Amino acid sequence: MSAIAKVSKIDKVAGVSKIDNSGRSNRDARTAWAFLAPTLLLTALFMLGPVLFALYASTQKMDLIGGHSSWAGLKNLDYLLDDHKFWAACRNTLRYVLFVVPAQTVLALVLACVLNSRIRFKRGFVTLLFLPTLTSSAAMTMIFMWLFNNNGLVTQFIQTHTGITIRFLSDPAWALPVIMLMNVFSTTPHFMIVFLAGLQNIPRNLYEAMALDGAGPVARHWYISVPQLAPITFYVVTMGLIGCFQVFDQAFIMSGGDGGPEDSTLTFTLLIYHFAFKTYNTMGLACMLAVVLTVIILSATTLMNRFIKSDGSNA
Amino acid sequence: MSRRLGDRAGSLGLHGFLVFYALLTLTPFVWAVLTSFKSVREIALAESILPVALNLNAYRQILGSEFSTWFYNSMSVAIIVTIASVAANTLAGYALARFRFVGRKSIFQALLLIIMVPAQVTMIPAFLIVARMGLADTHTALVLTSVVNIGSIFMMRQFFINFPTDIEEAAKLDGCSPIATFVCIVLPMAAPALATQAIFIFMGVWNEFMKPLLYISSVDNYMLTQGLNAAAKQYEKSAAWNIIMAGSIVSIVPILLIYIGLNKYFLTLNDQTAGSK
Repeated sequence: MSAIAKVSKIDKVAGVSKIDNSGRSNRDARTAWAFLAPTLLLTALFMLGPVLFALYASTQKMDLIGGHSSWAGLKNLDYLLDDHKFWAACRNTLRYVLFVVPAQTVLALVLACVLNSRIRFKRGFVTLLFLPTLTSSAAMTMIFMWLFNNNGLVTQFIQTHTGITIRFLSDPAWALPVIMLMNVFSTTPHFMIVFLAGLQNIPRNLYEAMALDGAGPVARHWYISVPQLAPITFYVVTMGLIGCFQVFDQAFIMSGGDGGPEDSTLTFTLLIYHFAFKTYNTMGLACMLAVVLTVIILSATTLMNRFIKSDGSNA
Repeated sequence: MSRRLGDRAGSLGLHGFLVFYALLTLTPFVWAVLTSFKSVREIALAESILPVALNLNAYRQILGSEFSTWFYNSMSVAIIVTIASVAANTLAGYALARFRFVGRKSIFQALLLIIMVPAQVTMIPAFLIVARMGLADTHTALVLTSVVNIGSIFMMRQFFINFPTDIEEAAKLDGCSPIATFVCIVLPMAAPALATQAIFIFMGVWNEFMKPLLYISSVDNYMLTQGLNAAAKQYEKSAAWNIIMAGSIVSIVPILLIYIGLNKYFLTLNDQTAGSK
């Protein structure tokens, strides 16, 4: 009898019986903290601590090996704004984001809509199409480097059919587009699955009602799927922005770490890595750049929030 | 009647589009496999798409070299991290969903805030902390920094919130301790969510490039991704693309097998929280 009384939370009007739950909530609290302990410890050590340290380090002129640091205030920021590599990284990263995020969002949405309709072998298609996302960026980059190599499939194909020879990987105009293409290729399947899960939650009768009114499939998707998917689209675009601004692996592997040819594949994160480990006394610069990147990402996501609402309408 | 025809044409169009995109997706991989069976001379001559004969030289070279060490490194780290991570994240998500205690909301909000910070801000100081702890160039460093996956904590929390509590309460009335309830009752019921978590975490660790680049510096300790990159740089000079492709394909096989094996869980669960790259 008392067990039932303890389990149900009856909050009676003041004066009448108030169940004493303090014993239970204490035990709950202790268990909860115990469950959370490993996570909180590791988070504090490797995530929270570093964030605070990075903020501090961005104001320092720091030597990683020697361990000295001296106050530099905003001089790091000044240096960055004068550095042509910084602006190259800005341009490249921005170009990259402005192409990849819309491309992968739209492509993922289209694929998900197609897969959601009456398709045979749906499971087979989804499994197959997921392959690029499963592949590591390293393996994917290598496969693409071979594809776009001077002897590679794509280059040869273009050569035999149009007679034009493009040296993709050594041409400053083409290196970054190859990376962009590669990224759209690998991340689209992941977002396609996310959209698919969202589409499955939309009641079929909405579509049927519109079909009865004579709307074609494109119209049906435009007026039903797209608005209903607004919260998921918000997630996809946000994660897309956050991920794209931080592009590192592909640029590093393809350029061998230096952001070439001619700084055309230099991205923010590659520059951060460069300042942190490749040049002397510039750890503070690296941290300052990281802080700048954070501000840019936060601004971009806030800006995007103006256009796509996170809680979507369900009218 | 004409509507049927329209349906037929539409269905054909949809299937056609999917087949086209599926072929497009497969092309790079098929090309990589074909290349891995060619000899270096064939590649340089670039005469035909198909290899002259199934030349296993590339695979033999790959499997004989340090590649197998790197493979083993990646496999052991991935397995350890997956087990530890699923355990820690599920415990945390469960605690945040089930128990009422002071600080519950603020911890959750703090965790969400942390994921918004890009990895670059934390990556260098985390490296300094790791080095200070004497863990530079060790796999332990990789494990410790990869165990906490806030996206997974988030996912498990949402999962447990939507989960009925009757069975757990019955267990409590029967005198089960919270840990026993968790292990014997909750975990089995959460199998699909655990499987989904496991796939993503394993995939994340297996494919991770930047972290190993940062923390691991000696060739013997390399993870598969950075090892592949290092080897490719060498082989690229001699245009031994067959070896590079063989390495790439071999690195994809384990994760592909795991994915096919755990596929059914993955597709049934609503996936809304895995990060992107």
